[in-house]
Amino acid sequence: MPIEFGIWLFIYGGVYMRVFVIGAGIVGSLIARELSKYDIELHIIEKAPDIGWGVTKANSAIIHGGYDDPPGSVRARFAAYGNKLYDELSKELDFGFKRVGSYVVAFKEEEVSYLKELLVRGEKNGVSNLEILSSAEIRKREPNISDKAIAALWCPTAGITEPWEVAIAAIENAQENGAVVHLGERVTNIIVRNQKVRKIITNKGEYSADIIINAAGLFADEIAKMAGVGDFEIFPRKGEYILLDKKLKGLVNSVIFPTPTKKSKGILVVPTVDGGILLGPNAVDLPKDQKNNVKTTREGLNEVYEKAKKLIPSIDLSLTVKTFAGLRPETKDKDFIIGTTKVWGFVNAAGMRSPGLTAAPAIAKYIVEKVISEDLKINLTKKANFNPYRKKIPHIEEVSLEYWEELVKKDPKFGKTICFCNNVSEGEIVEAIKRGARTLDGVKFRTRASFGRCQGGFCSLKIMEIISRELSIPLEEVKMNYENSKILNGKVRI
Amino acid sequence: MDVLVIGGGAAGLAAAIEAKNMGVKVLLLERDRSTGGVLNQCIHNGFGLHVFKKELTGPEFMEYLWEELGDLDEVIRSNYTVLKIDHINREVFTLSEEGIIVFEPKALIMATGARERSLNSLRIPGARVTGVYTAGVAQKMVNIYNRLPGKRVLIIGSGDIGLIMARRLKIEGMDVVGVVEIMPEPGGLIRNVVQCLEDFNIPLWLSHTVFEIHGNERLEGVTIGKVDENLNMIPGTEKYIKVDTLVASVGLIPQNELIENFVDVDQVNRGPVIDDFMRTSVEWIFAAGNNVAIHDLVDFVYEEGKIAGKFAALYALGEKLPEVKYEFKRGKNVGVMLPQRFTGTQPFKMYLRPRKSMSKSEVIFSGKTIRKFGWKIRPSEMIDLKITNFEQLPKEVIVEVNEIG
Amino acid sequence: MDKKMTCISCPIGCELTVQLDENGKILKIEGNRCPRGVEYATHEIIDPKRVLTISVKVENGVMELASAKTDKPVPKNRLNEIIDFIKKLKIEAPIKRGDVIVEDILGTGANLVVTRTVKKRN
Repeated sequence: MPIEFGIWLFIYGGVYMRVFVIGAGIVGSLIARELSKYDIELHIIEKAPDIGWGVTKANSAIIHGGYDDPPGSVRARFAAYGNKLYDELSKELDFGFKRVGSYVVAFKEEEVSYLKELLVRGEKNGVSNLEILSSAEIRKREPNISDKAIAALWCPTAGITEPWEVAIAAIENAQENGAVVHLGERVTNIIVRNQKVRKIITNKGEYSADIIINAAGLFADEIAKMAGVGDFEIFPRKGEYILLDKKLKGLVNSVIFPTPTKKSKGILVVPTVDGGILLGPNAVDLPKDQKNNVKTTREGLNEVYEKAKKLIPSIDLSLTVKTFAGLRPETKDKDFIIGTTKVWGFVNAAGMRSPGLTAAPAIAKYIVEKVISEDLKINLTKKANFNPYRKKIPHIEEVSLEYWEELVKKDPKFGKTICFCNNVSEGEIVEAIKRGARTLDGVKFRTRASFGRCQGGFCSLKIMEIISRELSIPLEEVKMNYENSKILNGKVRI
Repeated sequence: MDVLVIGGGAAGLAAAIEAKNMGVKVLLLERDRSTGGVLNQCIHNGFGLHVFKKELTGPEFMEYLWEELGDLDEVIRSNYTVLKIDHINREVFTLSEEGIIVFEPKALIMATGARERSLNSLRIPGARVTGVYTAGVAQKMVNIYNRLPGKRVLIIGSGDIGLIMARRLKIEGMDVVGVVEIMPEPGGLIRNVVQCLEDFNIPLWLSHTVFEIHGNERLEGVTIGKVDENLNMIPGTEKYIKVDTLVASVGLIPQNELIENFVDVDQVNRGPVIDDFMRTSVEWIFAAGNNVAIHDLVDFVYEEGKIAGKFAALYALGEKLPEVKYEFKRGKNVGVMLPQRFTGTQPFKMYLRPRKSMSKSEVIFSGKTIRKFGWKIRPSEMIDLKITNFEQLPKEVIVEVNEIG
Repeated sequence: MDKKMTCISCPIGCELTVQLDENGKILKIEGNRCPRGVEYATHEIIDPKRVLTISVKVENGVMELASAKTDKPVPKNRLNEIIDFIKKLKIEAPIKRGDVIVEDILGTGANLVVTRTVKKRN
């Protein structure tokens, strides 16, 4: 949409606001979706070619109970509330979310006393129904947990989700409600005049801006610096993971934590939304200049395996589907950086280390209802026609066969399976492309095609053909994700 | 419908041919757009020596089967995926552009083949980059899609497809740096080491593997190095190799997801336990081909398909098939082995893989030598034995392969 | 002098030992399990040959490539020359398995034949 148009559309009651969210990760996406409820001109700028490709793509995907953040910390305030918001949010945005509960397992007496501490802490944070279970009770519920476990803190409200899907869903819904999304666009500067945000400059253009929300994840410190408020630093902390086959479904039914240490929540065993098992993460602090380092290491993967095995001794790595690493944005104070800055209109939503995913919906509400409305004293008007609902791409494993039969009748492409491991149809892939997928990863994170045990062996080339056909681009131009990730290199015979 | 075949590779086509010849109504479901399976892309020769007494290429072998089957449209349904099998009610749920169709065949033949092990599952350190493909995917790119995967390639794993692809990519002008094999012996047939690597001066590094993958978006290089006899990396042997493509031939995995929860599964073969009629432990379900165990030769797969087709047809016709009387148990040095049970009512072929290479060896059934090999046998080459005499065999036959002086 | 080689006539891969005299003349061949082993070893010493399998560009077909092979083994030392020649070929769909694309390719006595049927694109 041409920017000039916006001026006409969004002048309301004499207040015209142009708001930019930088970063389409989980935090930026949910903030954008929250903002899309109001009469403003809303833009989301993301430097990656797609939504949720930073921190959001590779983490434990857990909605934490909210018991382990220090009471009084910003983290604690948002985690418990964010957790509660996931029920309604997952219904409105139609993404996978399961309240599977979590166990923190203790192997030694001193760990049991720590569990008791966590329970008290949880209650202070407003987390209800926490319970300390005996070893017999643990084994009854989770028979594969090590028989060396002597107690566990049970938190029934902990859950699992697919963070990238949450971000995609939130952005789709924001777009439905008028937001403009700029993908593959990098913010290069922010113009501030009289301590007030004026302009945002990108590699593709410049826009006048009234409010900028800095949700740039690992790069939030650099964005803040552009606005002259760079008084914090983000350090990448790497976590490595091993994903195991869906055949292991039921190995654990809930999220299994060890008793946490000061540094991290430890290495977990997590059931994924679609039935796989995820092990990890370890925690390795990287130098500040390694914000793109998502390499797995031998030591890291060994550590993940060894520690996961302490929780669940029967873990079998021969069912490994893949390994990957993600980065978490860490700050000196180990806390979120949320709120106004000395530059009017420049708002931070940064330092979203764990439990950032859990807290994100609460942060989104806080940014709009507290920071913008109260602190910046902007009188936001709710849209009369806001549509809170987004429908997910249908998937045969999540609906009845009768429903699918109807779908195939309407569009036979839903009857043609492309990804055999996860039963993803051509119809789903075409729909993903309609919704913005441009790459193999774009399709993968929207449909789970090539996410399965053969890792795209059977379907990658077919998906490339579909992308090529739908977007009218040559087959060799189809990429896995970023600019230099082409799959093919010219023809065998011209 | 009498016999339903799932999978249209060599085993499935052979099963359908034989069932049709037996005069029963047969349908073959193929999940891809056409049948032939991996034969489509295996344009090299070496197929058909046993069954057609000719040296054929994959596509030729495939077309021979099509011709043998006759009217393809009558028997084959392509772009059909099986969603699930209800083994109790004998229902097969399928998805296609026709919608959800539930078949109720009298007999079912599983010919679902194998998939390639992905490099992602090997936990090699590094980032997720493009330029890393399984040998089969690279083969499909080059032979079917008319596209090259890159400019400079290292092959990891010396399985047959890896060796074949080393030659194929070299012929098509890629710089093939070499083949690394973690084991001390090649994983594929010696014939392929000779005609794919030696003929084209492509080095084979045995007891070597890839330690690390470099690059962020596209592959930029790999670190290779030597491993000791326990397959652990030997520090100090690392070497950086600049490549933009890594082709992995690191094993095939039988695909049995549709039945593994209700049939007896052989954990060594990674496939269903079968008898000399190619019957699984569920009486109306038969199985043949690489889903039963990984074979070296398509000819053997074809023969199994024919057996499965024949007995599935007889079963569908209501014939009471003999019951299993004997069982094979793995003894010393026996890896992949099939069948695991037999009726003792007909001669049959047995396939074995020794667990290690042996210059001279003998196969022993419960203490009795039944075959001697005067030439080298190796795990990469399946041994076939004709079993004709059951007279003195115990109900439980212990199978061993011993090295002899 | 003994020369060791692996017979590649079939997938069994017999390990052959060829005894040669000082003039390179074959005295004895051992290790073969069938007569083709003798034939292979003899050729391998005198004039090694290989069957070449490759792809040929198809115009107006349902596939861009047709697989092809030489119907007889061709001299190993001429493989590169033959490959380069084949890379420049273009054939028109429809084609049938067994169709001869090039007779007596580069004077080797072998024909280049198509190994898969490719229908015409509609």
